[in-house]
Amino acid sequence: MAEAAAPLLELRAVTKVYGAGEAAVHALRGIDLKIERGEFVAILGTSGCGKSTAMNILGALDVPTSGHFYIEGVAVEALHADVLAALRNRRIGFIFQGFNLLRRTSALDNVELPLIYAGVPRRERRRRALEAIAAVGLGGREGARPSQLSGGQQQRVAVARALVTRPEVILADEPTGNLDSRTSREIMDLLAELHRAGQTIVMVTHDHDIAAYAPRHVTFRDGQVIADGPRPAPPAEAPAGAPPQEAHA
Amino acid sequence: MKLRDTISVALTALARNKMRSLLTTLGVVIGVAAVIMMQALGMGATDRVTGEIAGMGSNMLIVTPGGAHRQPFGGSLLSAPLFEERDLVAIKDECAAVRYAAATNTRSVNAVYGEKSRSTSLFGVTPEWFEIREWGAAKGRILDEEDEQQAGKRCVIGESVRRDLFGDQDPIGADLRVHDLSCEVIGVLSEKGTSTFGSDQDDLVILPYSTFSRRIAGSDAIGIMQISARSEDRIDEAKEQIEALLRQRRHVLAGEDDDFSVRDMRELQKVMGTVTGVLTTLLASVAAISLLVGGIGIMNIMLVSVTERTREIGIRMAVGARSGDILQQFLIEAITLAASGGVIGILLGLAGAAGLAQAFDLPLRVPLAGTGVAFAFAVAVGVVFGVFPARKAAHLRPIDALRFE
Repeated sequence: MAEAAAPLLELRAVTKVYGAGEAAVHALRGIDLKIERGEFVAILGTSGCGKSTAMNILGALDVPTSGHFYIEGVAVEALHADVLAALRNRRIGFIFQGFNLLRRTSALDNVELPLIYAGVPRRERRRRALEAIAAVGLGGREGARPSQLSGGQQQRVAVARALVTRPEVILADEPTGNLDSRTSREIMDLLAELHRAGQTIVMVTHDHDIAAYAPRHVTFRDGQVIADGPRPAPPAEAPAGAPPQEAHA
Repeated sequence: MKLRDTISVALTALARNKMRSLLTTLGVVIGVAAVIMMQALGMGATDRVTGEIAGMGSNMLIVTPGGAHRQPFGGSLLSAPLFEERDLVAIKDECAAVRYAAATNTRSVNAVYGEKSRSTSLFGVTPEWFEIREWGAAKGRILDEEDEQQAGKRCVIGESVRRDLFGDQDPIGADLRVHDLSCEVIGVLSEKGTSTFGSDQDDLVILPYSTFSRRIAGSDAIGIMQISARSEDRIDEAKEQIEALLRQRRHVLAGEDDDFSVRDMRELQKVMGTVTGVLTTLLASVAAISLLVGGIGIMNIMLVSVTERTREIGIRMAVGARSGDILQQFLIEAITLAASGGVIGILLGLAGAAGLAQAFDLPLRVPLAGTGVAFAFAVAVGVVFGVFPARKAAHLRPIDALRFE
């Protein structure tokens, strides 16, 4: 909290190229993006616009081809792989479209996983994991395996896993992509609640209804940011200035 | 991440695939069990051979005419004069370290009783021979000094001869014909069984030496003297005394080689020990190769496991596992597989060794050092063959691992 000057996350002129030569795919073509503490940002765009690539870079899962990524003013690309792992462990919480829970592993053990890698003692781990599971409204289902849980419940476990390390930012990649609309609303209500409690959240989605939960919208197209600003007025029928919505790919 | 946590993660992963884990360890199980069984077998055989040689009388010395160095196998009986009865008496009287001394002679004969006959070894021995060989009668009595004095037509037979010729009949008092000589059976020796060298130790008929000399050999010269020292540590002393005495009696000049040789059982023991030792090493090496093959099996399954669990590796990396943590996890899995295979192999190997000992009638020996080495080797196999798959897992890029379908 000391360096109020530096944003929590910052992408500066970030490009990402997959492959080389003729076959090269330019996923990002110079992105500038600042995310401050306490923000809830939705990154919007159609499939293939580069929003997931940006998310992976923000999550220290991937590195830019050129440009810089700073966390609180510290350049991430210069860091050792182990430091990146520690970043993912302590400061970033992930929520994926496909939940990405360990199969055949109880909800409790899934939520404990980041704490194991943080070296938290067993008893403390258990306590914090139970707390996180209760916080996402799954108290009593700790022993259930992912296969015994509904999609919504699985995503709640994933949210609990993201929360359990008390990260500075939660990165959610299409968190409702595999859920029906009612369950989607429940998950989004949960995220909105976390945001109200002060949690920084960055969410990637192609769905404007889902994006509407976030106060700030950043829109990608062809690897570039084409719009960045507060969300359009909620009840509006046709969102102004936004690209037409596309059906689920 | 704490090592204890890594271990529990690795064990959980293995427990999830119990059948596969078990099958994977099978190679190591068999390898370790084979190494231990072969070693136990080899050690048991060594023990039995040396025990048998000791059973011939560990204090025993054999004196034969002919120099030991001139020709292999102690030289020819023809090239040097045989011993006389007076030599035997002198050795008994003058060599302080000698306890018993016996003259022996032998010849192959047909032993006939009634309708039945059997080819066997006929021995002529003086009574002390039974003391030297520590061999007594199971039935009847052994030959004594009186039989020797009288050159009595009496004989003692081995168990195999008794079984073949007499069957259920009582052999004591029966007349046995050997080499045109009819003699009365006065005793049956206790059974010694087959020697490690494969010869039937109970296939013999024994006459008093005097009877053998007169009726069979036609000369009372002595071919072989068997002598026992007063104790095992006095063998060398006895040997020196006998050599000195015989050199004097046989007029061997100073600087000249002996025209006789005195050998003890330790030499034979040493040779046999070397032979069985080489065999043991050979068998254990072959078994060690199967351990190596077991290691390759572990590597194979670990590689499959890494591919299969790429997604899991990605998830772990996304929530903060360092590549070192992943490396450690998979390495521990491999080592656990190998080590538990080692433990199971040790138990099976020991059980198998006990079974083999029973089957081959060998003393059961637990190869402690061999067990330790086999276990250490199994763990090493786990490390060596686990490193490659573990490195493969650890070097996955988190984003690629997460996207893996």
